[in-house]
Amino acid sequence: MNRTPLWKAALILAVVLFGTLYALPNLFGEIPAVQITPLKAASTWNTTALKTQLESVLGEAGLTIQGFQEEAQTLSLLFAETDTQLKARDRIDSALNPDPQRPAYVVALNLLPAAPAWLQAIGAKPMYLGLDLRGGVHFLLEVDMAGAIAQRLDAFAADMQATLRAERIRARQITRQGNAIIARFADGETANKARTVLAKVFVELTFDLDETADGPRLVARLTPSAEKTIRDFALKQNITTLHNRINELGVAEPIIQQQGANRIVVQLPGVQDVAKAKDILGRTATLEVRLVDDTPGALEAAVSGRVPSGTELLYDRTGRPILVKREVVLTGERLTDAQPGFDSQTNEPAVHLTLDAAGARIFRDITRDNVGKRMAILLIDRGVAEVVTAPVIRTEISGGRVQISGAMTTSEARDIALLLRAGSLAAPMRIVEERTVGPSLGKENIERGVKATLYGFVAIALFMILYYELVGLFSVIALFVNLVLLVAILSLLQATLTLPGIAAVALTLGMAIDANVLINERIREELRAGVSPQLAIAAGYDRAFDTILDSNITSLIAGLALLIFGWGPVRGFAVVHVLGILTSIFSAVMFSRFLINIWYGGNRRITRIRIG
Amino acid sequence: MEFFRLRSDIPFMRYAPVLNAVSLLLFLVALAAVMVRGLNLTIEFTGGTLVELASSQPIALEPLRQTLTTNGFPEAQVQHFGSVREAIVRLALHREESPEAITDRLRALLTARHPEITITRAEFVGPQVGKELVTNGVTALLLVVVGIILYLAARFEWRFAIAAIIANLHDVVIILGFFALFQWEFSLAVLAAVLAVLGYSVNETVVIFDRVREKMRASRGQINLAALLDHAITSTMSRTVITHGSTLAMVLSILLFGGETLYYFALALTIGILFGIYSSIFVSAALLMWFRVTRETLIRPERKKEEAVV
Repeated sequence: MNRTPLWKAALILAVVLFGTLYALPNLFGEIPAVQITPLKAASTWNTTALKTQLESVLGEAGLTIQGFQEEAQTLSLLFAETDTQLKARDRIDSALNPDPQRPAYVVALNLLPAAPAWLQAIGAKPMYLGLDLRGGVHFLLEVDMAGAIAQRLDAFAADMQATLRAERIRARQITRQGNAIIARFADGETANKARTVLAKVFVELTFDLDETADGPRLVARLTPSAEKTIRDFALKQNITTLHNRINELGVAEPIIQQQGANRIVVQLPGVQDVAKAKDILGRTATLEVRLVDDTPGALEAAVSGRVPSGTELLYDRTGRPILVKREVVLTGERLTDAQPGFDSQTNEPAVHLTLDAAGARIFRDITRDNVGKRMAILLIDRGVAEVVTAPVIRTEISGGRVQISGAMTTSEARDIALLLRAGSLAAPMRIVEERTVGPSLGKENIERGVKATLYGFVAIALFMILYYELVGLFSVIALFVNLVLLVAILSLLQATLTLPGIAAVALTLGMAIDANVLINERIREELRAGVSPQLAIAAGYDRAFDTILDSNITSLIAGLALLIFGWGPVRGFAVVHVLGILTSIFSAVMFSRFLINIWYGGNRRITRIRIG
Repeated sequence: MEFFRLRSDIPFMRYAPVLNAVSLLLFLVALAAVMVRGLNLTIEFTGGTLVELASSQPIALEPLRQTLTTNGFPEAQVQHFGSVREAIVRLALHREESPEAITDRLRALLTARHPEITITRAEFVGPQVGKELVTNGVTALLLVVVGIILYLAARFEWRFAIAAIIANLHDVVIILGFFALFQWEFSLAVLAAVLAVLGYSVNETVVIFDRVREKMRASRGQINLAALLDHAITSTMSRTVITHGSTLAMVLSILLFGGETLYYFALALTIGILFGIYSSIFVSAALLMWFRVTRETLIRPERKKEEAVV
């Protein structure tokens, strides 16, 4: 008798039901939408007024809104087609952000799942389409690590000079040569003294003393951990900067990821204006330190439109106005590091800044002359200056180690440090790879991929049913379940589906039928040898299983190698290939057996299996 | 329906010496093609610029070439892509100008001079990225080879592993040979297809080997290896044809309907599948014969197998 134990049957049905549910959203497709998010978290987020405004704006342009969808602080407008969506975005952007220099809202293109609410409630989403299927821009950026390290070493060299001068140790010359800082001294004793002093201050460096023809010299190099920290920082800070800028580009689902040790992938679905995207990504932010004008009444005057001469009205991140003097005290080049931390005495969150030697001197003079006044640190990105922080100068600060503390949370301290670094230490980045796919090409690619898979599937199904009759039909149903499971897992993982990924779906189905062919052939063989139908089914499945496992494992090895070394679209291929091999073992072996057991398993006296 | 109701085993191994000679020849020709002509690697590997164009009207290539040649792109390759309404422009890496600058310049030029044409895709790849892809591709290939050898050696025996991998590398070299000979475009997707074929056509070998092992275990006394191989191949013949037929149906469907991007990918798979059948029978099985596997060499991996639950 061939019966599926109850627990197993329940499990199989559960898996199939689960697969069907999570594969379902893909049938509904996606609706083009324009997503509106206020840039500053506003308490007065009144969508009713906004909706009326947008309806009239778009109505004038002859664009119809299909509906609205609201989430916390996000309003989405749904449209019938991408063409309307594109036009609507431009209209909405100019209506909501009359001054492009100071935008109030992020207006982004997006695709929203069209699946019914209950499906979305259980977290069922359609597959995440790659750029080659939805259109958009892909950039691969490389961070110039050698540049970042050289920059840092130059700063160290200047600091070493200052430290030695303060200790009255005379160095003949301090220069950076490649990845080392070389300090020359007149005699061994001075060099030794310098080494003791420097080693204490510069823990990130190792110092070696050696004798050359023209006197002793000290060779300083970065410790491996310090070098790694610099690399990590350079990368992280570039990613932060990119995040900030891409927000302004208005992309709903940007992907910004580290790839390898020094590269960053940026994918902007839906973006077609490459020139603008590159312009925004390519600009470097700068940092400036200026004094705040706290003259009583001056700020009020400025806000009402009468900005006193020699000053400028700026805003901080929360939109508070601050009147800042035009004269620049320091620029970001003088800043060598910015780290979040804590005040050693009050234990309040703080940001620690490190200035180079020249910066430290200027800073000492400025702080000495302006105790009790405020100092603003500005981040100038894309020509717009914003006040990151404006602390009060409490005492004269010398030595170039500055601490900003008071009235900030740990996460604020972290943000400020990150912003300061973004404006000062940004290691140069360059684009090493670029791909643009138009939206129509993406759509065409989907159609082609789906068509290829569909026709191939139909061909296999017809043949299997003709050749193996009823058992063939079971194999085809199992193959279909395989497809459903594969789609469900891809949707659930939100793995990126690319065109090679769709090809992999087709190929995987073409390969997965192998397991059923093996089983069916074995059953036929057993029947031919005169074995009774029930035994033939059992023997067919059992004997074929070893072979199925062996052949799938070899395919899996190839798939995993691709997954590890594959890039871009090929990775998509590998993901589908590997998942497909796994789902095919379930569907071809367990599910088809389950069907056969239901049909034939209960009856001991069957004399014939319809297997052709 | 049944295609193969074979009463006696087909004497495949009788033809093995001749076909092995043919295989060797094919292999050498393919290798020579790769060596001499080289692969027509896409810009993904070599670095460079690629721009895909589309228009509602058929695109005339000559004026397009003219524009490009007279505006600083004398080395541009212009071709139709898929249909006459689409075209593709390729530019190799340039020594002085970065591919990024070239792409921007090309984009500006085309927009200005040929407003009727829209750019549907633009890509450039820097030289470093391309070099890394080649390294990664070779590493992946080696990893697959080593992985398969180890797995088959553990599951069967080293002689089986070596026979299988030689047969499959033979397939890979032949695919590469085709691509070199006809100068078909060798892209990242084609590389993926080659690796997939490597994993896939080992299946065929494994199925035959499984049979060989099963029969070896069952038999007592002296075995006629050639007869045993003939039997293993004949008895799995039906499955071989049907399975590969199904996979091929899918691959041909991709070849016909999948569009230009997947064309060479599907082509590599087609060649790989066809040669996979051939090499499993006439290369790997024949190699087993030359390696003189015996029952004793296989005795070791005999494991306890649970009786089938009926």
